[in-house]
Amino acid sequence: MDDLYRAIADPTRRAILDELVERDGQSLFELCGRLVMKHGIGSSRQAISQHLELLESAGLVEVRREGRYKFHWYNGEPLESIAVRWPAKSKGDAPR
Amino acid sequence: MRINMCGVMVDDQARAHEFYTETLGFRVKHDIPVGKHRWLTVVSPAEPGGAELVLEPDEHPAAKVFKAAMVADGIPLASFGVEDIEAEHKRLEAAGVRFTQPPVDYGTAITAVFDDTCGNLIQMMQGKKEGGES
Repeated sequence: MDDLYRAIADPTRRAILDELVERDGQSLFELCGRLVMKHGIGSSRQAISQHLELLESAGLVEVRREGRYKFHWYNGEPLESIAVRWPAKSKGDAPR
Repeated sequence: MRINMCGVMVDDQARAHEFYTETLGFRVKHDIPVGKHRWLTVVSPAEPGGAELVLEPDEHPAAKVFKAAMVADGIPLASFGVEDIEAEHKRLEAAGVRFTQPPVDYGTAITAVFDDTCGNLIQMMQGKKEGGES
């Protein structure tokens, strides 16, 4: 679980997730382009790679090879555990 | 000083000839036998006297390693200007061209990335300032 919270604690990593939600299955090149052009995040490809590795270890990003290409896919499932743990209302909420 | 020639390293010059002329629509400027290879260059029909693109063999052992790494990360090695990127995307996809990135609007330009069938990714770009070629 710690991996998950650490993954979404960083604004660059949240921007990566935003872009993958907009279009899933992106190359590193496309992601870096979107980050710099749309978010003003000019980090090196290597730095973005490291962010992606962290997101991958938290289960939020899946890397799939298709032949010679490598694409990144969004996986929101781990985030559901947050809403389960802290629902919008506590069970003891009295009706108002 | 001006840009005369620029190259992409291809794994098969015959296939490169076919792809860059028949699929992309460039014209052969030079095609001269050199040993077992060719001195093969193409130009844009819009600028026959403009910069030549050299389709050179990727025989150097480092070239293949470099190309594979660039392709894996989706990095294009050349960029061509187009007037209507959506139309080109449709046309090329119908011709069986594999895109690693469909047209994406970056604000100042729209770009897309495709596979040249010779071991490279190529970008095409439509500038947005006057809606013309970039």
